Amino acid sequence: MVQLRYFASLRETLGVSDEAVALPEAVVTVAGLQRWLQERGAPWRDALADDHLLVAVNQEVSDRQAAVNDGDEIAWFPPVTGG
Amino acid sequence: MISVQAEDFDPGEELERLRSGLAGRAGAVVSFTGLVRDLNQGDAIGRLTLEHYPGMTEKALAGIEAEAMQRWELIDSVIIHRVGPLSPNDRIVFVAAASAHRKAAFRACEFMIDTLKTRAPFWKKEATADGARWLSPADNTLPGQAG
Repeated sequence: MVQLRYFASLRETLGVSDEAVALPEAVVTVAGLQRWLQERGAPWRDALADDHLLVAVNQEVSDRQAAVNDGDEIAWFPPVTGG
Repeated sequence: MISVQAEDFDPGEELERLRSGLAGRAGAVVSFTGLVRDLNQGDAIGRLTLEHYPGMTEKALAGIEAEAMQRWELIDSVIIHRVGPLSPNDRIVFVAAASAHRKAAFRACEFMIDTLKTRAPFWKKEATADGARWLSPADNTLPGQAG
């Protein structure tokens, strides 16, 4: 299982803040996870297509080629606006 | 020292706490206090709500602080950021750097607030007369904006 988390506008668009999912064997990267989640259809397909979205694997910002493994926490969020 | 908190902070108390631990090693303390600006320029504005990513936000701030401490050989530093509902004129963020000389303190303080704005996972949502909206990074870097 991996823990998925969503923040800010993305959380509101998807209507979910976190979920635990079992990864299919074929999903081994962030990009693969993104494609798999987009197969859920609306609103996932369009919301996750936004290239500005950031992904953090185990609380470190990662690129789409980063590996995902069982037990990881993977968070999706829009560009940050603190300060 | 980093803190992510809902409560307000007192910049004077924070500076005094920082100063009292310096033991004569620092010649300069530079601090920055960010305020919530009324984004709607006088329209009936509601509040700003700050969302964050508990755990990662603290790690990001600690990483920014550690980088500043190392790059400018700081003696001590502080980053405080508030979360939750805030109103115009509220304090939202506080950054301070203590070093032997002023140049390093100025630069480190600027680095910490600038880097925080692009790297630390916080998101601002503003309530306006027309409803709520999430700020974009472009909104967030306009002159005079919060932080």
